[in-house]
Amino acid sequence: MKMDKFKPIIGLEVHVELKTKAKMFCGCSADYFGKKPNTHTCPVCLGLPGALPVPNKKAIEWCIMIGLALNCKINNFSKFDRKNYFYPDLPRGYQISQYEEPFCKNGYVILNETDDIKKRVRIRRVHMEEDTAKLMHQFGIQNKIQNDEGYSLIDFNRSGVPLVEIVTEPDFEDALDVVEYLKKLQQIVRYLGVSDADMEKGNMRLEPNISLLELKTQNSKLKTELPKYKVEVKNINSFRFVEKAIEYEIKRQGEILNGGKTPVQETRGWDEDKQKTISQRVKEEAWDYRYFPEPDIPPIRLSESQISNLKSQMPELPDTKLARFIKEYGLSNNHSEVLTRDKKMADFFEEAVKIGKKHKLSAKQIANHVINKKINLDVVLAADVISWIIEELNFSDIEDEILGKTIRIVLEKNQKAVADYKSGKVQVIGFLLGKVKQQFPKADVNQIRTTLEKHLK
Amino acid sequence: MKLNELTIKEAEDGLRSKKFSSVELTIACLEQIKKYNKELNVFITITEKEALYAAKKADKQLNNGTIEQWNNSPLLGIPIALKDLFSTKGIKTTAASKVLRDYIPPYDATVVKKLKDAGAVIIGKTNHDAWGHGGSGENSDFGQTKNPWNQEYVPGGSSSGSGASVAADMCLAATGTDTGGSSRLPAAFCNVVGFKPTYGRVSRYGIISMASSLDSIGHLTKTVEDSALILNITAGQDVHDATTSNEKFQDYAKNLKNGVRGIKIARPKEYFTQGLDIQIKRLTEDALKKYEMLGAEIIDVSLPHTEYANPCYYIIQPAEVSSNLAKYDGIRYGFPRENFGDEAKRRIMLGTYILSAGYYDTYYKKAMQVRTLIKQDFDKAFEKVDAIITPVSPTPPWKLGEKINDPLKMYLSDIFTVTANLAGIPGLSVPMGFVNELPVGMQILGPQFSEGLLFQIGHAYEQISEWYKRKPKL
Amino acid sequence: MKIGIFHVAKLANLPLKRGEKENFEKQLFEILSYVEKLKGVDTRNVEITAQVTGLESVIREDETIPSLIQEEALSNAKSQHSGLFRVKAILE
Repeated sequence: MKMDKFKPIIGLEVHVELKTKAKMFCGCSADYFGKKPNTHTCPVCLGLPGALPVPNKKAIEWCIMIGLALNCKINNFSKFDRKNYFYPDLPRGYQISQYEEPFCKNGYVILNETDDIKKRVRIRRVHMEEDTAKLMHQFGIQNKIQNDEGYSLIDFNRSGVPLVEIVTEPDFEDALDVVEYLKKLQQIVRYLGVSDADMEKGNMRLEPNISLLELKTQNSKLKTELPKYKVEVKNINSFRFVEKAIEYEIKRQGEILNGGKTPVQETRGWDEDKQKTISQRVKEEAWDYRYFPEPDIPPIRLSESQISNLKSQMPELPDTKLARFIKEYGLSNNHSEVLTRDKKMADFFEEAVKIGKKHKLSAKQIANHVINKKINLDVVLAADVISWIIEELNFSDIEDEILGKTIRIVLEKNQKAVADYKSGKVQVIGFLLGKVKQQFPKADVNQIRTTLEKHLK
Repeated sequence: MKLNELTIKEAEDGLRSKKFSSVELTIACLEQIKKYNKELNVFITITEKEALYAAKKADKQLNNGTIEQWNNSPLLGIPIALKDLFSTKGIKTTAASKVLRDYIPPYDATVVKKLKDAGAVIIGKTNHDAWGHGGSGENSDFGQTKNPWNQEYVPGGSSSGSGASVAADMCLAATGTDTGGSSRLPAAFCNVVGFKPTYGRVSRYGIISMASSLDSIGHLTKTVEDSALILNITAGQDVHDATTSNEKFQDYAKNLKNGVRGIKIARPKEYFTQGLDIQIKRLTEDALKKYEMLGAEIIDVSLPHTEYANPCYYIIQPAEVSSNLAKYDGIRYGFPRENFGDEAKRRIMLGTYILSAGYYDTYYKKAMQVRTLIKQDFDKAFEKVDAIITPVSPTPPWKLGEKINDPLKMYLSDIFTVTANLAGIPGLSVPMGFVNELPVGMQILGPQFSEGLLFQIGHAYEQISEWYKRKPKL
Repeated sequence: MKIGIFHVAKLANLPLKRGEKENFEKQLFEILSYVEKLKGVDTRNVEITAQVTGLESVIREDETIPSLIQEEALSNAKSQHSGLFRVKAILE
C-alpha cells in the first residue's frame, strides 16, 4: 500500500479523572470505584428537580496546575457552559463543561523522540467538566416478563466526578508519538498528585481523532490538501491497545483512500476481542450541543498572584527533575530517567542520597543499588537501603587498593609464615587469612583468600 | 373575625398572647380549604396530617417557650402554603405537571427548610401553571384555579393557587416564584400583596427551576408588613446556591412605618402608553397622587428599551427552560416526556431552536445584549429616583379561556413585569383597586437590595387606601 | 422562515404526534416573528449580561457531606434492578 502518499494527522483528547475528595459540583464522595451502586449520590449529581451546582475549589486549582505543567496560558476570566444532549448517563440532560473561555489554553509538551530529535506537541486547551454515570448492559434472557428485551442499568456514583479534558492540536503523525505523549501526560499528572491516571481503571481516557492527509507532489513542490474528514476512536482502555488501534485505523483509512473514496466522518469503537475499530451507530446529524453560559454558576476570576501562588504549590515536574538529577548527581541519562520515572521513586532516591552522604556513599553507588535491586517502596525506607549498601560494601566490595595494602602489611609483619607457605606448608594461609580478616570483620573470606594467594606467588 | 382571616402579624400576636392556639388557627384554615378548594381548585396537595402535627408542636413551644425562643421562630404556628414547585421532603411535588404527578422529593428546598425552622405550619402545595409557564393558571395539568373574586375569571399566574389561597383566607401566606411576574401578577389579580426579591436574595435550591438567570423566589401575603416578615426568613446566602448574594440585612420590617416624605418615585412614560387599560391608568395616577399627598416627589422618567423587554424575555426564558427541562426523561423519576403539556412543549421547542446551531447569535446572544441595555435603563433611572411605580398588568383579569388558544396573546400580558426579572431588581405588587369589580395592582420597583424601601413605600399606600380589607364573596 | 419542527423536536427529545406538527410550527413561527423585534436594537459594542448578580468565583471547599442512601436515590425510579436504575437497552 502506498503509505508514502499519506501522512497521518492525529489529534488527542484525553480525559483525566481527578482524585478530589468530593465531586465537581456537590459534596458527594468522588471515591466511587467498587462502591455499592447509587450510594454516592445527592440531588445535584442525580439531577433531581431543583438541585443546583457549586464548583469544587480544589478541582479548579488542580485543573490549572495541569495547565501550568503543560505550559499553558491561564485565563484570568473563565466560565462554565452547558453542553446539551440526551443520554441516560447524563442526569440533567446537559453536562456542565467549558466551551469558550476554558481555564487553560495554548500550551505545549516536548517529546524526546531520540536524544537529538525532539517533537513539540501543541496543547489547544485544558478545561474542567464533570463525568457521566456508568451505564451497564444487561441482556434479559431471564426477564420473561419483558420478552427478552435488553436493559441498560445505570449507576450514578460516578456522575459528577471532576474530569479535566486535555485537547491537543492534530500534531501527531504516528502511534509511537501518541504513546509517548500519553506516558508523559500520565507521569505529569501523577507527579502533581491530582489523579491516578490509570487507563485500566478508567481514570485516564483517550480519544484520538485520526485522518490521513494526502500528499500531492506538483512540480517537485509538496502540495498538501487538508483532510476532509476526521474519525474519532473510543473505548481504548490500555496503553497496549493505543498503538494497535491507531495503526489499524491508519491502515483502514489508507485502504479507503487508495480506492478513491473518502472515509466517513464518524465515531468508531475499538473492539479488543476483534482487534479492530468498529463503526458505532452513526447519528443522522452531528450532535448540536447548543452551548450557552451556565447561568447557575458565576464566572471565575483569577488574578496573576493567585495563578503564581498555584504555580509555587506545584512539585518539581519530571523534566526539570530529570535535568537536575543529571547535573546534580552526575548520573547518566538512562539512570536519571529510571529514577525520575515516578515521583515516589525520585523522592526516595534523594532521601537515600541525603542519608548516604553521612556514610560517605556516593549518589552513583546508591543509584546503582536502587536501580538494580527490586525495592518495594511501600515497605522499605531510604535508611534501610543505606544500611544494606554499607553491609554489602564491608562484606565484599573491599577496594582492591585497600585490600592489597593491608595484605602487604600483614605479609611483612609475618615473614616466617610467608616463608612457610612458600616452602609448601599451604595450610599457613589460614593464619594469614585470619590476620587480614581482622581488618575487615564483615568481609567476604573468599575474596581475601584469592587476593592473598595472588600476593603470595 | 375568623382565625383564618387574620394576617401573620395579627396571628402572631394572638398566638403569643394565648388568645388561640396554632391548632385552632390551622384547623380554621383547613376548614376553609375543605369548603372551597373543590370549586376554586387551589391546592394540589393538602398536608392535613403534617400540618396538625406541626401545629401541635408549635403550641407546645408557645406554651412552654420563652420570648427569646419565640423570637428565634418568628413564624411559629403560622399556616403557610407552598407553590408546588417547592421541593418538600416526603411530600409529593408535581410542578403542576403530569410528568411529575407522583414525584416525592427526598429533600427540602432551602426556603422550605428555613420556613419550617422558623416554626411555620405547612398546610399544602398550591396549584399553578405547569413548570411556571403562564400568566393565568390555565396551563396547569391539574385543572385551572379560579379567581376567588369571580370564578369566571383568571386569578393570574403562574402562582395562581398561591394568589387564590391567600385571597380566600385558606392560609396566612403562600410562597411563589417570579420569573416574569409570576408572583406579582396573581397578587394583583387577587387583591393581595405579591413580592419578588432581588435575584440572588433568596435561595433557589430545591425549587424546580424554570429559567435559571431569571427565577426569583417570592411570596404572597395579605399585607405589606407580612411580606417583610416572610422575607426576613427566606432571605440570605445559601451554600447550595452559587447565585445567592452575601449582602447583609437585618429586619425588612424595620422602616415600614417611616412614610414616604422626600422619597423620589418615578413614573416611567413607556408603561403608560396606548395598550394600557384606561381604568388601570386612572387608578395608577390616583395612587401616585396619594403618594404626592404623603410627601413623595413624583418624577417622570423614560426607560427607553421597555418595548424590547418582552421579546428579550421570550428569547432568554425559553432557551433556559429548554435546557432545564431536559432532565425529565422518566428514568430517575417522573413520567416520560410525552406527558409534557402543550405550553411546556412549545417553550422547550422554542428554546431548543433559539440555542441551535446557526441561531445562537441571532437570538440568544442578541437578547443577552438587549438585557444589558434594559438593566442600564434602570440603573440610570435609579440615579435620579428611589423607586419606580407602574401598573402590574396592562389589563384587568381576563375571562377563563379568553387567551388560551393564542400563546402570543398570553405572553403579552407580561410586558410590565418581565423588566424586573431581566434587570434582576426587586418588585412589590400591592392592591390598587378594582376594575369592573376585579382586582388590579401596582408594582413598586427599586434598585437591587432595596427591599426594605419597597416595603416602606408599599405600606404607606396600603394603609391609606385599605384595599386589603376587602374580601371576596366566596 | 422554515423551522424544521421535526428536527427541533428531535433535538429536544420530544416525541410529536402527527397532528401536532402544523400547529406547533405555526405558533413557533408567530412567536419568533414577534421576538425578531430585537433586530431593531443597536447592540454594537454592548456587553452581554449572562448573570445579573455580578458575583464571581463562588466555589466550595473540597469536603464531603453525606450522600442520599441507596433507597432514597432510587425512591422515584419506575424501574430498578439490584440498586441500579433500569432503562430499555441503549443500542450502541
